[in-house]
Amino acid sequence: MDKRLERILPRVQKPARYTGGEYNAVIKDAAGVDTRIAFCFPDTYEIGMSNLGMRILYGVMNQMPGVWCQRVFAPWGDMEQEMRQASMPLFALESGEPITDFDIVAFSIGYEMAFPAVLNMLDLAGIPFHAKERTGLTPLVIAGGTAMYNPEPLADFVDLVSLGEGEEVTVELIELHRTARREGWSKERFLQAAAQLDGVYVPSLYDVTYHADGTVEAIVPREGAPAKVTKRIIHDMDKSYFPVKTIVPSTEIVQDRVTLELFRGCIRGCRFCQAGYVYRPVRNRSRDLCAQYGIEACADTGYQEMTLSSLSTSDYPQLTELCDELDAYCTEHHVNLSLPSLRADNFSMALMQRLAKGRKSGLTFAPEAGTQRLRDVINKNVTQEDLLQSCATAFAGGYNAVKLYFMLGLPTETDEDVLGIADLAARVMHTWRETASNKARGVRITVSTSWFVPKPHTAFQWEPQISKEEYRRRVKLLQEAIKTKTVTYNWHDADTSFLEAILARGDRRLGKVLETAWRKGAKLDAWEEYFSLDRWLEAFDDCGLDPHFYANRRREKDEVMPWSMISSGVTEAYLWREHEKAFAAQTTPDCRTRCNGCGANHLVGGTCDV
Amino acid sequence: MSKLRLLFQKEAQAAYISHLDLLRTFQRSFARSGLELRHSQGFHPHPIISIVLPLPVGQSSDCELVDFEVTADCDGSGIAEQMNQGLPAGLHVLDCYVPQRPAGQLAQLEAEVLLDYDAGVPAEALPRLRELFARPELVTQKRTKRKDLADVDIAPLIRSIRMEEQPHQIRCLVTVQAQNPGLNPQLLERAIATHLPELTPDFVRVRRLRFLDEQGNVFR
Repeated sequence: MDKRLERILPRVQKPARYTGGEYNAVIKDAAGVDTRIAFCFPDTYEIGMSNLGMRILYGVMNQMPGVWCQRVFAPWGDMEQEMRQASMPLFALESGEPITDFDIVAFSIGYEMAFPAVLNMLDLAGIPFHAKERTGLTPLVIAGGTAMYNPEPLADFVDLVSLGEGEEVTVELIELHRTARREGWSKERFLQAAAQLDGVYVPSLYDVTYHADGTVEAIVPREGAPAKVTKRIIHDMDKSYFPVKTIVPSTEIVQDRVTLELFRGCIRGCRFCQAGYVYRPVRNRSRDLCAQYGIEACADTGYQEMTLSSLSTSDYPQLTELCDELDAYCTEHHVNLSLPSLRADNFSMALMQRLAKGRKSGLTFAPEAGTQRLRDVINKNVTQEDLLQSCATAFAGGYNAVKLYFMLGLPTETDEDVLGIADLAARVMHTWRETASNKARGVRITVSTSWFVPKPHTAFQWEPQISKEEYRRRVKLLQEAIKTKTVTYNWHDADTSFLEAILARGDRRLGKVLETAWRKGAKLDAWEEYFSLDRWLEAFDDCGLDPHFYANRRREKDEVMPWSMISSGVTEAYLWREHEKAFAAQTTPDCRTRCNGCGANHLVGGTCDV
Repeated sequence: MSKLRLLFQKEAQAAYISHLDLLRTFQRSFARSGLELRHSQGFHPHPIISIVLPLPVGQSSDCELVDFEVTADCDGSGIAEQMNQGLPAGLHVLDCYVPQRPAGQLAQLEAEVLLDYDAGVPAEALPRLRELFARPELVTQKRTKRKDLADVDIAPLIRSIRMEEQPHQIRCLVTVQAQNPGLNPQLLERAIATHLPELTPDFVRVRRLRFLDEQGNVFR
């Protein structure tokens, strides 16, 4: 072990995050390696190791001969300080080597609040921030992940962006980079060639011009780069890689269990949900294969908990059958099955009985809005009856806690909708009184609200976020309307959601702001301990930009969005149609009921396998 | 059903795995070795597994013991080999067997304590440290479970200590009382810092070598 690291570790919290050496971590003989990849997650080890995408791509890359993909996470503040004091550059967990001269530095970026951590990690690695300062082929700094559907705030910093599912395009990129190094290409030549790969966006090959009012005038590709870059997907889930042999961290992480991915995409079409649009179309993994992977993963890792994961797991066509197929193994090996969250309209006794056989604590439902009108606006397509019926099933089955998630500030929301949340909670309470199997244990109903953040590539991408004052007013309104002590009300504090709204729909001018905020100390802004809105407001001020322009402005239908060179496969025309239907409070049926013509079907040759 | 004991090494990266994390690591390792742990019979059943004398985070050991119960009848043979096929780096099972003696008979701990002096061992350090640890009383501050500091006299807890000088380092071979109360060998550094601050080492490494019973025989 590195001598400096050995001296630092006794002084930092949770040192096992920084040592590597976990079961199933991939160690390769450096002599046979010609491509070293630093796979960076711009958040802590506990968060990054909980990410399934990270585990999939780690496996995919390490399957390639000559390629050694190594993990890198953001150090917590105490560790960062120690590393800087000891002049110790950011290192990879597998080899312990500094990532400064790795061939490729790849970031997986799932949320906008991680942007400052990207800069901080580059700085800790001693890698120049700006893409244009890195003139050689290595290190090539690339990024992917859901937050990269609008990569513009990072346009100055990353060399290229990989859009969509990375299993195939990552391999193509690595091979292209290998060829470029072998044949001594210039970085420019490599980037121009990379831009020809489907799903690869090279920010430096696009010129962006602005109108006097600050909106984007045009985005013009150069050097043969495509005008529109469409995300990549894996067509056949049965042929896609699943990490059966996956790393078992030696210290507790957030999702410390086997994550079994049943399908990608979502049939629902909730209008606020970015994941629901950008992961389209739905592609199921067949039931037997799911069962096989789940069992193999538990057997190999020794995990005794498995979560059946997808955007909306209860929509998996054969979910109860899958649970039954897994049942014998799970019972024999003491493996608990869990689901991440449930839809209130298809939660059944049959499903409940197959889950949580031992401990029954709480269930989580996300009605998102308090009245049917507003649920129709957002196309949640869950009714009050659905929710109460599901709660009744749960209470009768012995559950005594329900968590309900809502958003405040959804487009068209009125005070009546806000008060509807309190009303719904009271009805859930009433349902418990009528149906609970054991009233002596009492009931806990938790209502949580967050501040709605409009996201790019959704039907609400044109919408303003409500102001902080208005959000606070609605919180207070709801707070006063919730009268019973059985209902606990939690609200997400607002400042991080405001910044998220700015960054989510930002243009590439925000690169300056990002850099300025980093210089003022922004790093792990996904963590309240480190987040400071003042720092960001100062940075906006210094750069002469208005944060409200990004967060609180209504966009016109024909405005050129900063991310309009990027396509998730869902057409802009469809998103606008959904936007119009939202304001008419008209619902759109799910993809299984009928095809609504979003455009994503063209990604799989015309017909989705819903 | 059998009661079993593992003898294992914990070093390098694994030295930083905390007590609770180590329990989880073993549970998973047992599961992937196909061993079924016996579970407690309460409302929330939990596997029966306990580490005999938890090792402070950051220290290494050649003599760790973990006791557990499996549902099958077995004498432990083959388990070490099986488990070693898939453990985190720095964990290595040396043996698995039916314990002959209860954990309570573990009385003493032999450890190597390495004191690093980056600028070379100071002049006269060795005789002065020998004198220090020969004192009849050696009051040192120790962090209690409530996280505040308490004074303890560590002299009676040190059963024997030998020291030798090496380049940039003093190597101590110390035998301390292990339980009721036990002494963390790391406290030797605290004692030096308190009583001979100018001899405070730049870094200290602790490695457990052997457990002993009251009579000085190896306990395993």
